[in-house]
This record gives sequence, C-alpha cells and structure tokens, in this order.
Amino acid sequence: MSAWISLFQRYWPDFLKGAGITLELTFVGLLIGFVLGLLLALGKVYGSTWLRRLCTAYIEVFRGTPLLVQLFLIYYGLPSLGITLNQSTAAYAALGLNSAAYQAEYLRGAIVAIGESQMIAGRSIGMSRWQTIFQVILPQALRLALPAWSNEPISLLKTTGVVFLIAVQDLMAKGKRAAAASYNPIGAYLAVAVVYLGLVFLLTLVLKWAERRTKIPGFEMETKSS
Amino acid sequence: MNEPILRIRNLTKKYADKVIFQHIDLEVKSGDTIVIIGPSGTGKSTLLRCINLLTRPNEGQIFLNGEEITAKGINEDHVRQRIGMVFQNFLLFNHLTALENVKLGLTKVRHMKAEEAEQKAIGHLKRVGLSEHMDKYPGQLSGGQQQRVGIARALAMDPEIMLFDEPTSALDPELIGEVLEVMRDLSKSGMTMVVVTHEMGFAREVADSIIFMERGSIVEEGSPEELFERAKFPRTREFLGKISELYGKKEKKGE
Amino acid sequence: MDLGNFLSYIASGTLYTLGASLIALPAGLILGLLFALLYLYGGKVLSNLMAVYSTVMRGIPPIVLLFVLYFVVSGSVNLSPFLAGSISLGIISSAYQMEIIRGAIQCVSGGQLMAARAIGLSQTQAVREILLPQALRIALPSWSNEAAIVIKDSSLIYALGVPEILRRAQLISASTQQPFLAYSAAAIIYFALVFITTRLLGRLEQKLAIPANP
Repeated sequence: MSAWISLFQRYWPDFLKGAGITLELTFVGLLIGFVLGLLLALGKVYGSTWLRRLCTAYIEVFRGTPLLVQLFLIYYGLPSLGITLNQSTAAYAALGLNSAAYQAEYLRGAIVAIGESQMIAGRSIGMSRWQTIFQVILPQALRLALPAWSNEPISLLKTTGVVFLIAVQDLMAKGKRAAAASYNPIGAYLAVAVVYLGLVFLLTLVLKWAERRTKIPGFEMETKSS
Repeated sequence: MNEPILRIRNLTKKYADKVIFQHIDLEVKSGDTIVIIGPSGTGKSTLLRCINLLTRPNEGQIFLNGEEITAKGINEDHVRQRIGMVFQNFLLFNHLTALENVKLGLTKVRHMKAEEAEQKAIGHLKRVGLSEHMDKYPGQLSGGQQQRVGIARALAMDPEIMLFDEPTSALDPELIGEVLEVMRDLSKSGMTMVVVTHEMGFAREVADSIIFMERGSIVEEGSPEELFERAKFPRTREFLGKISELYGKKEKKGE
Repeated sequence: MDLGNFLSYIASGTLYTLGASLIALPAGLILGLLFALLYLYGGKVLSNLMAVYSTVMRGIPPIVLLFVLYFVVSGSVNLSPFLAGSISLGIISSAYQMEIIRGAIQCVSGGQLMAARAIGLSQTQAVREILLPQALRIALPSWSNEAAIVIKDSSLIYALGVPEILRRAQLISASTQQPFLAYSAAAIIYFALVFITTRLLGRLEQKLAIPANP
C-alpha cells in the first residue's frame, strides 16, 4: 500500500498532465460531436428521404464499429488516401465523429418529443421553418435532452482511454510509462484508474450543476402533454 | 356454537408513529358476506392485507377457523393458500394468459398435474364468464374482464374465505356491473367474503353485515337495514347519506 | 487473389473476437444477475457494497480496467492473454449488466409480487415465476445494447497482443502497405458482427413480447 502511495507521489505531476490532455480530448470530441450530431439529428427529423437515409447510415456505421477501429482507420488508413493527420488531430476527429453518432440519437429523441405542436405554434405566428427550429424547438429540445445527454460526456471521457495506442500523451499513456518505469503495472494502472474516477466525479458535478441552471420550472410536465 | 371462519381480536397497526387502525375486533361466520365501508385512508385496505398476512399487525391476533395465524412460526405461504384476495388494480400476472394466471397457483402451490390444473382453471374461468378469453393476455382484456380473471384466480385455490379490496374502484362505470354480479353469485353460493367497497347498492343487497370504519376504528356494525335505516351513530348516518347521494340513491333517512 | 488471402486472414480474427464476446457476455450476465440480486435483496451492507462496485467499475475506462484485471488475473493464474482478457471483459460488463437487471427488476411493480404472495407462492417462487420473466422482457432492449458494446469493446484486447480482427488488420496493413483497405475490412467485419447480433436479439425481443392491445 505504501509502495502504491509513493508511486502516486512520484508520478502525479505526469498524471496531472495526462489528465489535462484527456479532458481536452473529451471537450473537443464533445464539441465536434455536438455540432455534427445536431446536424445529423436535424437531418433525420426534417430532411428529405435521401438525407434521412444518409444520416441513419452514418449513425449506424459509427455506432456499429469500435472506436479503436475508427481511430486506426483515420490515423493509419487515411494517409494512403492523401489525408495525413497528426496524432492529436486524428484523435479529435475520431472521437468527434464517433460521439456525433451517439449525440445525434439523444438530440433526435428530444426534438421529436417537443414535436409537431411546437412547430405548428411557431409557423402560425409567421416564423419560417428554420426560425421555428432554432428559436422554439431547439431551446426546448436541448434542455429536455440534457439529463439523458449527460451520459455522453462521461462515456466519451472513458472512451478517450484508447487513444494512447496511437501515441497521444493522455492519462493512459502516462500510466503506461509509469508502469514500465516502476515495474509495477498493477499499481500504476490502479493509480490511473483512481484519477479517472476523480475526473468522472468532477464531470458529473459539472453536469448536475448545468442541469440545475438550465431547468425551466414545470417543463418536464409540459412536454408530456404537448 | 359454530367457530367463526375468521376472528380478529384487538388488532392494531402502526407505521412509525402513525396509527392506521387500532383495537379492531371482528368476527365472520361461515357463509357470511361482510362489507366494510368508510372514508378513504381509514385503514380498510391495510386491515385486509393483515388478514392474509401480507402485512404484519403490531398487536392483536387473527384466527382462521380456530387456528391463530398470527402466532410465531406459522408458515405464511400456507395460510395464504387458504385465503383468496382480489385487488383494486387486479394485479394479474402480465406475462401470462388468463388461463395461465388461474393455473399458476394450482401447479406451483398445490402441485397439481398440468391437465388437472387446466381443467379446474377452465372451470373457474367459465364460472366468471370468461371461457372465450382464456388465452388472452391481461393487456388484451378490459378492466372488468381482468378483475373477473382475478376473482377466478383467487377462487381456484379453494379458499376458506375471500377478501375483496375495493374490487370495482378502478373500473369504468359500465364495467362495474359485471364484476358485482360475479360477487353477488359468489355470496349466494355460500362463500365467506369480506368486501371493502364504496358500492352501497351491493352492500345493501348482498351483505349480511356492514361495518362502518373511520379513522382506524369501527364506528358501527350491523345488518344493512339497521345501518341504512336506523343507524345509531350520527357519523354513520352522515357518511351513508353522503355516499348514497353520490351514487344517486336517495334513501329515506331516519333522524 | 492476394487480396482474398489477406481478407480471409483478417476475417479469421473473428474467432478471437467472437470467442472473447461469447465468454465475456455470459460471464457478465451471471455476475451481473448475482450482483443485482445481492443489491436488491442482500441487506444493507451488501447493497451498499454492490452500489460502490457499480459506481467504481462504471466510472473507470474499460481499457484501464482491462489492463488492471489482466495483470491481476495473469499474475495469479497462468492464462493466455485471450482468456485473461476475455474474463476481464466479462468482469467489466458485469457492472453494466447489474444496472440493467436491477433497473428492470425495479420496473416490475410491487403489486405483481404482492399478488403472487396472495395466492400462496413463496418469495422464491414469486421471484422465479412472476418477477424474473417480466424483468427479462423489460431488460432485453438495454441488454441488446450491452451485447453490442461487448463486441465492440473486445477490440480492446488488441492492446494485449491477442490476434483478433484489428491486430490482424494491422499486420496486413504493414505487409501490404494498404492500410485503408485493411482497416476498412476490419471495420466492415465488426459492423457485420454487431449488426447480426442486434438483429437476432431484436427478433428475440419480438418473440418474447407480451401481446397487448395498443
């Protein structure tokens, strides 16, 4: 046990740096995933048949294959098509594209739940389709989606764990270094596990705070009847 | 003197500090139909659930055919095989057909052979008028049909006494009649029944004795004529008056 | 022609991928069921213990857990990376399956059990005949999702050197200098596995569905 604590003491600056990279990966992936996911969701709800099918195909493919495979495809595979990305960019891309598929489903569900009636209400006061979507439907849908969507940042944080396999210097990579240097793989990876738990805990607190801040009183009740 | 099928002595039930009912004394003779009436939340349902030991009373004793079922070491499962219960929300087993619902107790509890159990179950479903629906699932049946299956399920166990916990309160008005009819026939055929209900017409017509309960105690007990026409306590008269108005039956009230 | 050989080489990694999933998923189910029952019926101490287990196991990235468990398992028993990895994946999945089963059981209304006791069924009989069949149907969609996740997570045993689909794709990519083709092949095979599994479980869902009038 004391050996483990001293391991922690030795490597925690490293772990801290790695944690920073991990958080950065999570944040960027989440952001890319959100923008793209929103587009996919809108495409599936309001798009033409052709667009709907395309979005569904994207979602099925990215949810039906492992992130690790997607990562390798982007980092190792794309160069032979002329697109060469460095490690970080490849990681952001893979995480973003992957997260988009999952976020699309959360957002789509919320948009559909807000439903037809709000669209009718918006159009009836003269707003265009897109105005209604952005001024009326999305503000409600995003709030409605928040509780379920909150699973995604946490899921993504855990998913970033594999990017060390293309040599991105995240928390897991630091763990691997500590494992090799200390000849104590179990101790090193346990230490990393504890740090990840800490990150998940912090992230959960932030999400709960966000949920409280954006709540509209009585909102959940309203949407059930509309 | 005949031993009553059910005897309750000094029964009390509390949740933390709240008293649900206290010092209840009650006797039910074989073949009698007892109807318990009273405002909601006065412990009537809890009382029923104590009788078949789904809930344990804090004080007091319950005797089923002379045997104390609240004694220590009693096998509760065995006791419940002798008492039938019909619930307000039917509580049919959602994943089983009507027939399977009625059969389950026979095969799993009485360990009957499958064919024998099936014949018996079909018989009981016929008795409540549901033989064409026996292969339907609860989700495919109306509320009244579900409740009749619930009655068949309880009857299939050949209970010594049947308990009804507001059996028609969750039903649409037009479905109440079919259930009350089954209960009326059951009472006439000699089944010992304890019924908690708001259906005053049923109480008047079918009950051998009516008990008025309020705030955890029995206020008054007597035959339907006694309670509806010559109630001793003003509170009883008040309650019966209000309920009768509600159900559209204005009766002549003694002063 | 060469392409054919290479593709079949990658595809043969499916044995390891499927093998790992077929070990991990049932292992996770048995453990998950046990943990769920302990959580619900095991008394305060066990219940809290299971809650902590669930939170911790689900708060750590699977890859980290895989490494920890792999080193622990292979430290005590002499197992191949494949077996050690598969067992570790099963342990990881047990936490998620525990939550699915727990949620499904809690969804079955208390009234169902009460009605079961009322006709004289014992607690064990009630759980077996009434609770679990209904909980199973409620759990199936989420469990389907977990099955897909286990198949995808099995790609993590790449990091343990197991010659599954991805590892083979990497070897082919190196020897043929055709990385895009190799990794696309890997992706397609994984997709097929997940797709088929999801469809099969969907059919099971339909078969078990309790008929009801809408």
